[in-house]
Amino acid sequence: MNLRRFPATREVSIAVLAFLYIPVVVLTAYSFNANRTATVWTHASFDWYARILTNPSIQAATWNSIVLATAASIAATGIALMAALATRRAFPGRSTTESVLNLPLILPEIVVAVATLLLFVSLGISLGLGAMILAHTAFCIPFAYLPIRARLDGLSGSYEEAAQDLYANRFRTFRRVTMPLLWPGVMAGFTLAFVTSLDDFLTSFFLSGPGTTTLPVYIFSAIRAGITPEINAISTVMLLISILLVSLSFFLGRLRR
Amino acid sequence: MTSSATVRRGLLLLPALAIILLLIGLPLGLMGWVSLLQKGGSSGVDWSAPPSIGNYLRLVWEEDFDGTMILNPTYLVIFLRSVAQAAVTTFLCLCLGLPVALWMAGLSKTGRNVMLLLITIPFWTNLLVRNYAWLIILREDGWTARAVNAVWPFGPVQLLYNDVAVAIGLTYSFLPFMILPLYSVFEKFDWRLIEAAHDLGATRRRALKRVVLPLVMPGIVAGSLLVFIPCLGAFVTPALLGGGKTAMLGNVIQAQFGSARNWPFGAAVSVVLLAIMLVVMTAMALWRNRRAAA
Repeated sequence: MNLRRFPATREVSIAVLAFLYIPVVVLTAYSFNANRTATVWTHASFDWYARILTNPSIQAATWNSIVLATAASIAATGIALMAALATRRAFPGRSTTESVLNLPLILPEIVVAVATLLLFVSLGISLGLGAMILAHTAFCIPFAYLPIRARLDGLSGSYEEAAQDLYANRFRTFRRVTMPLLWPGVMAGFTLAFVTSLDDFLTSFFLSGPGTTTLPVYIFSAIRAGITPEINAISTVMLLISILLVSLSFFLGRLRR
Repeated sequence: MTSSATVRRGLLLLPALAIILLLIGLPLGLMGWVSLLQKGGSSGVDWSAPPSIGNYLRLVWEEDFDGTMILNPTYLVIFLRSVAQAAVTTFLCLCLGLPVALWMAGLSKTGRNVMLLLITIPFWTNLLVRNYAWLIILREDGWTARAVNAVWPFGPVQLLYNDVAVAIGLTYSFLPFMILPLYSVFEKFDWRLIEAAHDLGATRRRALKRVVLPLVMPGIVAGSLLVFIPCLGAFVTPALLGGGKTAMLGNVIQAQFGSARNWPFGAAVSVVLLAIMLVVMTAMALWRNRRAAA
């Protein structure tokens, strides 16, 4: 008798996996359906994918999303890397500092989004890409920080000590020893920050202003206007990108230390 | 040496703390202030209004024609529905998440990693898109609705735009938040304790109840918190899968900052949401302290 096996847990787990993945499969299947009414299956086709490629509003929204996610995740990763190096060793106030850094994870996003809108409007900061990059950088920081910290915690300090014993100065030690060892963590953090920003809807929804839609904001307004096969296709693309990037980050995080 | 290390640490931490305090702390503080003001002006807020708790009173009472205050149940109902939906979702996630986390912990190393990835992927994919997938599944002329109506004896039912659809959507959205903390507890669990329980004559069920459950309580509490709090502030799920009669607090906030354009009132609703969150988190911290002391 295996003590770790409990009755019915296997069956429930399989049902939960089905619950998690069937909607994704259904959505993907419908995106290949040639019929516009979407409930009737005629035959497979790539028509809707061809159509989203030539839709100018989707192109503009995609471009905005890419610029936003790239800028916000690079900024957040840089800032988070510095913070992770600073909190590597214990100091008084470390746990408070970490709580502040992780604030965006626990606060309800809609509250932070409308509060940021309030701040920007009252300071006269115009809404749009710049405003979104600022706000996205703030909430991406913990997503970049946590994998970098996890990697740092797993690093033994002896390599750095050895480098310093061999007369490498602090900067050289960091560049030639710490950074190469830390690199997978930094990349994992960057990827997660990028995915988080790319997939964000609420913050962008309130801060996008007229004329600068991102892809999720475009999808939301399109759904509100009615279900179309184009939405299925663009949603499937977004899912696929997230799945690929998250798997990448997962494997980066598990790279040999 | 010590002071230069402190300075270096401060400089490294400065950008992160500055950004979070300026772009999250400061806006929340401003929102607390605005919740005491009145609407008006071009930006939506009358900055010269004398601060009052009028917006908070409006959540419960409204002024009648003759100036007396009468109870207005509109927001109370939405408030209670949000708490109830969050509680139901947390319970459903717990019922589904416990067996999954338990099963995962008993797998081989590879099996655990594969499951971890499979549970993590939905957590990172677009929330909007995942709720939209349910919109397709549950919609009126879809195959699910037709299948359900074929066997449902009490006349045609609509699967979409009701509280059940919102509960399904919320459970779907936040289930990974429950499974991951539970799994991390089960993974570290000392299984010899169960062996000992069995040696002492406990049945499987009794071992689960008396040995496993008390030890995994921290994971249950952490997971419940991670599900309950985002549920309370949910906007996308009730907006897509709920109808006009199933609004939650998030929808009220969005409406006040959008079409209704009463920012101070929306700010007051947001502050209430934060306050509930704070109460729940404080209760959990107290529970943890008491547990640690015991």
